[in-house]
Amino acid sequence: MADRGTDRVKRGMAEMQKGGVIMDVINAEQAKIAEEAGAVAVMALERVPSDIRAAGGVARMADPTIVEEVMAAVSIPVMAKARIGHIVEARVLEALGADYIDESEVLTPADEVYHLDKSGFTVPFVCGARDLGEAMRRVGEGASMLRTKGEPGTGNIVEAVRHMRMIQSQVKRVIGMSRDELMTEAKNLGAPYELLLQIQEHKGLPVVNFAAGGIATPSDAALMMQLGADGVFVGSGIFKSNQPEKFARAIVEATTHYDDYELIGRVSKDIGEAMKGLEISTLAPGDRMQDRGW
Amino acid sequence: MVKIGVLALQGAVREHVKSLEAPNTEVVIIKRVEQLDDLDGLVFPGGESTTMRRLVNKYGFFQPLRDFAEAGKPIFGTCAGLILMAEKIEGSDEEGHLQLMDMKVERNAFGRQRESFETTLVIDQVADDVEAVFIRAPLISEAGEAVDILAEYEGEIVAAKQNHLLACSFHPELTDDARLHQFFVKMVKEAKETRPAPETARPV
Repeated sequence: MADRGTDRVKRGMAEMQKGGVIMDVINAEQAKIAEEAGAVAVMALERVPSDIRAAGGVARMADPTIVEEVMAAVSIPVMAKARIGHIVEARVLEALGADYIDESEVLTPADEVYHLDKSGFTVPFVCGARDLGEAMRRVGEGASMLRTKGEPGTGNIVEAVRHMRMIQSQVKRVIGMSRDELMTEAKNLGAPYELLLQIQEHKGLPVVNFAAGGIATPSDAALMMQLGADGVFVGSGIFKSNQPEKFARAIVEATTHYDDYELIGRVSKDIGEAMKGLEISTLAPGDRMQDRGW
Repeated sequence: MVKIGVLALQGAVREHVKSLEAPNTEVVIIKRVEQLDDLDGLVFPGGESTTMRRLVNKYGFFQPLRDFAEAGKPIFGTCAGLILMAEKIEGSDEEGHLQLMDMKVERNAFGRQRESFETTLVIDQVADDVEAVFIRAPLISEAGEAVDILAEYEGEIVAAKQNHLLACSFHPELTDDARLHQFFVKMVKEAKETRPAPETARPV
């Protein structure tokens, strides 16, 4: 008797990724470079976030050919992105055999009101969040893994730091609360009460929480780990740097040994230039990907 | 008192630490080679085997881990950890990583994540109803004579023991069922009692 797609199976998959780096790739060649460098998974995309930003227009799920090409190229898990609320894109990715789906604000939302009911899928989902309320709403819908939203494609870590600090401090607050304060906190956060109870009981989030959205250097990755991330997603940072192989390896090492500063200094040498960054305040309101979803 | 380490290069480390909790047992997280010296047993956690192998090489763990097993100290590998321990791996060059156990493994043998599952297993010497979570799991496709088969799932080998080495394809650490871990803790305690004291520890 085998049960597929249970919470333990879906959340467990994310547990296995802890301490690792998940890298955005757009073809088989990049996927192999990522695997070779020690990535724990790859995210198969048509364009990395910084190119999505540059291209403008509507960003959709990747061409299935790319997802299949990447799945055939590597033995590590392959993730793919579906638009927020796009039931069919998500079901197509599940049918293709993607190992994890990112219901992602990097793509143009398909639904401005409802996120996907992720509990009905066999494949696990990761979702972005800026605070604990948003994080718990996604878990309530069935997400098996969380990540900060940050501000994708900017190479600017400031928003990911803001979101990680926010979630960590809210988790600590909930853990420290007495039972009679919890329902009001649930109301204020817009979070399901039962999930806040779980946070109290387990003294932490019920699922793994990675950092994402603006990680551009080995030190950025290590910073997010120190702030409490379980691992990191690196989107544009690797293949928009000028020596992706070296850069990818350095980010993996800095993530493993995030509190060994000599090592981080050593691996950060001679790895070429990081991606060009964007100042968040120069973005027009409509270009802020983190404001997509609720 | 025994000291058991969990190799923490990548993967689900904290869950193992919790499952290993037992009287007279200290559990530590291992990130550096020097830490192996005073351990009585070691766990290779689940994670991504390709990633772990690269980090094992990178940080000079390869030979020290082989020496650890050679010294008769127990090792327990789950999922990716089982892959690290196998003599051979199905596929292109077939060469295993640490090559500690006389067995051949097939990676991702049950398929992709959507085929991952949980079930209840009969584990020889442990219990008849152990909860097991299989995630993109490997299986043991061939086992040598020295290997005891502890559990099968639909005719495929999913847990095995070779003297002081224990391995399983699934993740006992993701459940509240710690019986397989406690079986390993017992193995560590027994191995320590029978192992000759190291030269330096002898009184002059």
